[in-house]
Amino acid sequence: MIEITNLHKHFGKLEVLKGINLSFNKGECIALIGPNGCGKTTLIKSILGMVIPSQGTIKVKGELISKNYQYRQHIGYMPQIGRYPDNMTIGQIIEMIKDIRKENQNLDEELLHHYLLQGMFDKRMRTLSGGTTQKVSATLAFLFNPDILILDEPTAGLDPLASEILKEKIITEKQKGKLILITSHLLSELDDLITHIVFMQDGHLKFHQSVSELKTRTGEERISKAIASVLRGGSHE
Amino acid sequence: MNRIIKFIILDILKNKIVLIYTLILAVLSWSVFSLEDNSTKGILTLLNVILLTVPLVSVIFSTIYLYNSSEFIELLLSQPVNRVKIWRSLFFGLVISLILSFSIGVGIPLMMYAPSNVGFMMLAVGICITTVFVAIAFFSSIITRDKAKGIGIAIMLWLFFALLFDGIVLFLLFQLADYPIEKMMVGITALNPIDLARILILLHLDVSAMMGYTGAIFKEFFGTSLGIIVAFLVLLLWTVTPYLISLVKFKNKDL
Repeated sequence: MIEITNLHKHFGKLEVLKGINLSFNKGECIALIGPNGCGKTTLIKSILGMVIPSQGTIKVKGELISKNYQYRQHIGYMPQIGRYPDNMTIGQIIEMIKDIRKENQNLDEELLHHYLLQGMFDKRMRTLSGGTTQKVSATLAFLFNPDILILDEPTAGLDPLASEILKEKIITEKQKGKLILITSHLLSELDDLITHIVFMQDGHLKFHQSVSELKTRTGEERISKAIASVLRGGSHE
Repeated sequence: MNRIIKFIILDILKNKIVLIYTLILAVLSWSVFSLEDNSTKGILTLLNVILLTVPLVSVIFSTIYLYNSSEFIELLLSQPVNRVKIWRSLFFGLVISLILSFSIGVGIPLMMYAPSNVGFMMLAVGICITTVFVAIAFFSSIITRDKAKGIGIAIMLWLFFALLFDGIVLFLLFQLADYPIEKMMVGITALNPIDLARILILLHLDVSAMMGYTGAIFKEFFGTSLGIIVAFLVLLLWTVTPYLISLVKFKNKDL
């Protein structure tokens, strides 16, 4: 569903992505991990067209994303830090996005109900706590039943109950055969979710492997330990 | 009208500043016309007030509004919306709301006290100047990410066009008085949208003494009707150029 070929991006002299090649398919749930500043968010923003690649191509559902914007109707995006117009209320934001997407049927309002956001519809975005803002972001990402979900640090800032709700939601969507891309630092949280792991470091792709392969290769049961052992192995080589 | 423009206009109208701007323009226009018994004199006074305030408010309000819209732009960009459409909607949203306040604030008293050709020309010129300075705001807000810098650039551009430019022209005139520079002066006038606006009104008023040097040459060079067409075309150019530059930059901007 997503194909990335030889992706480079530099901001001035700073090279953030140095030739990334990746391909993600339907039904996969991919964890994008790596140390801070390794280019995860830049990679995600490139897929969304918010960052323009310096070199290389990205295809979503077989179509090149440069000079195209319609492809974003297949994507639900939950940003790491949701930034919304201060003066708009939760209700207005949701109504506006519905209006822009021209979709009123076939909406997935499950998170809206679970997070009890209806009761806060006239609260302005400025007055919301970080966690509530994240709940709005999550709701918007899932609202239009997109085929591709891109979640940047989804559980950061959410309370345990809210993040449990989100995890369950991610699992049901995965079972529907959607492509889910998650970045996270909390490896333990991802154990029961993900099928593939992409590890990035300094703008390079270190490995892209399925979880089962990784586990058999390292002989570890838990993802975090498996990755740790790969990295340790890497530094010995 | 597209949905995004609708959201932007509603958002701007909710912002009290545009209402206060309308009110100030209205108070200025009413007081000018009630103080002067002669409507031509009234128009001249109003012209000078408008040529100072309208560009200032248009350029600064638009620049700040654009910087404050960064969240809005980011939100829209993750949705299936074209970048060109976002930028265009912001432009038309700002232009429409500022023109609306100008037409209410200045237009109504103008039509009551001076419902003549000059009055209509004044309205048209005010609308053009608003549009030009909104376009200039788009230019100054896209060339830097730093809000303070962007607003600074906007203020500098206003200061240059509203005050400094005439000084430079006068200086050139005195320095080059011995040379035949009339034709060159016409070209130089086109470099300042505010000067063009002033000439457009003065061509109608037939008060050569007040046209200033460039105005007199302009009239001599073009004659009245051709002069007006050329001036409007140049004003259009002043809108399109900064806007297109900002659009190209916005299309390639990383958010």
